[in-house]
Amino acid sequence: MRVEQISVFLENRTGRLAEITRVLGDAGINIRALSLADTSDFGILRLIVSDNEKAKEALKEHGFTVGKTSVVAVEVEDRPGGLNRILEILSKEDVNVEYMYAFVQHSGANALMVFRFDDIDAAVKVLTDNNIKVLEGKTVYTL
Amino acid sequence: MIRDKEFETLPRQALEAIKLKRLQDLVERVYATVPFYKKAFDEKGIKPDEIRSLEDLQKLPFTLKQDLRDNYPFAMFATPMEKVVRIHASSGTTGKPTVVGYTQKDIDTWSELMARTLAAAGTHKGDIVHNAYGYGLFTGGLGFHYGAERLGASVIPVSGGNTKRQVLLMKDFGPTVLTCTPSYALRLGEVAAEEGVDFRSLKFRVGVCGAEPWSENMREEIENKLGIDAVDIYGLSEIIGPGVSVECIEAKQGLHVFEDHFIVETIHPETGESVPYGEPGELVFTTLTKEAFPLIRYRTRDLSVLNSEPCKCGRTLVRMGRITGRSDDMLIIRGVNVFPSQIESVLLDRKDVDPYYLLIVDRKDNLDTLEVDVEIKEEAFSGAVKDLQAVERNIEKDVKDLLGVSCTVRLVEPRTIQRSEGKAQRVIDKRKL
Repeated sequence: MRVEQISVFLENRTGRLAEITRVLGDAGINIRALSLADTSDFGILRLIVSDNEKAKEALKEHGFTVGKTSVVAVEVEDRPGGLNRILEILSKEDVNVEYMYAFVQHSGANALMVFRFDDIDAAVKVLTDNNIKVLEGKTVYTL
Repeated sequence: MIRDKEFETLPRQALEAIKLKRLQDLVERVYATVPFYKKAFDEKGIKPDEIRSLEDLQKLPFTLKQDLRDNYPFAMFATPMEKVVRIHASSGTTGKPTVVGYTQKDIDTWSELMARTLAAAGTHKGDIVHNAYGYGLFTGGLGFHYGAERLGASVIPVSGGNTKRQVLLMKDFGPTVLTCTPSYALRLGEVAAEEGVDFRSLKFRVGVCGAEPWSENMREEIENKLGIDAVDIYGLSEIIGPGVSVECIEAKQGLHVFEDHFIVETIHPETGESVPYGEPGELVFTTLTKEAFPLIRYRTRDLSVLNSEPCKCGRTLVRMGRITGRSDDMLIIRGVNVFPSQIESVLLDRKDVDPYYLLIVDRKDNLDTLEVDVEIKEEAFSGAVKDLQAVERNIEKDVKDLLGVSCTVRLVEPRTIQRSEGKAQRVIDKRKL
């Protein structure tokens, strides 16, 4: 029930982000979701892409520092209070969210969110026990 | 004002004669009492009685800072410990500091040279000296303190730090002479302004500034902002501390070296060959009169130019120009000596960064800043912001623990810092002195 996310270390330098998207575009890789975390002196770009291995290879070839992390893709009802319902459940069960971001595309009628948890297994159990749909990696990459 | 009319204005010929006599005595003495020098002289095949003219000085071996470290702590002392009444040590270097010792006679000599120094800057009996050089192992504080007392001035031993309180004392005690580093002089001016005190209306007449490199522009700034005359002094603990050379307030054009106590030479930093007056070279000093810690041809790594033209103040002593740089890569950051190799040793000890780095030194609000750019190791990149920030904080702490200097660490991408091709640029010094 885990989805692999790749992260890229970025100095705060003009044009560095464009280089990443160019490398991915040239390699024929589609970006499914992304988020950029930044501090005063560096940033981390987090990506869910159509082909992780190919993306990593292409980025490394171009000198980027790439890491991978397991995250969880969760379906969220696309209506007011949809996300809140999930967060309330996680909070009640004491599951900490490190960060999260949204997919561009829907999964059927639902919105799709990426969550990073300290304890992924516990989080997935809480979600599934509460009938919240967690997507498989292969479903997500080809969405 | 000239404190010691006899020695500071000696005809050159008489001065050279005194220098030679003292040099011959010194060479005999260190050969007999300091094993390091006996060995060094023997290796060069030179005997003390072969020094027959001042030119023969060039036959003698150099002394390097490394030699002092190798003989840590007291093996370079030329007198038994029971004759040593004071010990000082250099600040901020990694591992072993440079240790220097003084007999009672050395302390007297030093106090007298500091009295000459203060007099040359226009200080006299009746002045109140606000001494903001650090007291302790560093020679600045106590050197000025003893010199001011010897001159008959009143000393406020305020030392460094607690700037707001210093401003209060300056306002209430009415000091007339300020002794501190040039950057701290400017800092005092700023804090005074913040506290609503007009520095120019204080009683200060003159500032005696040194212990770090500065420039004519900085002198102008100090003089304009603080409403004082600012004179440059030079010294280093190995030679005696402050009191090696000073500018006269009459000319403010080069620092008179107290040649009756120190022989100054300039050499080519790479070949070690003597450089004539008027051409830039590395300053080398021989201490003529020190008892506990005499040094032969000590290489300072400071670059300067010597000038033997007569000065309008009447002193016949040779003058050295402002220090224009270093012949090694040492940086002085907030008064602390920092070698890039020390930072490198911190980085080499860590598993999360590669030892490719760039040091960026700047001066903001009159305080030196140090930024360390270093490449993150691929394997150490987890994708979490907090992990990277922890790496930065940990390196900052290691640098502070080792060198006593605060820095800001900035992680950069692997393979983005220039690799060594012959000589890699490891330092960018943006300070406009």
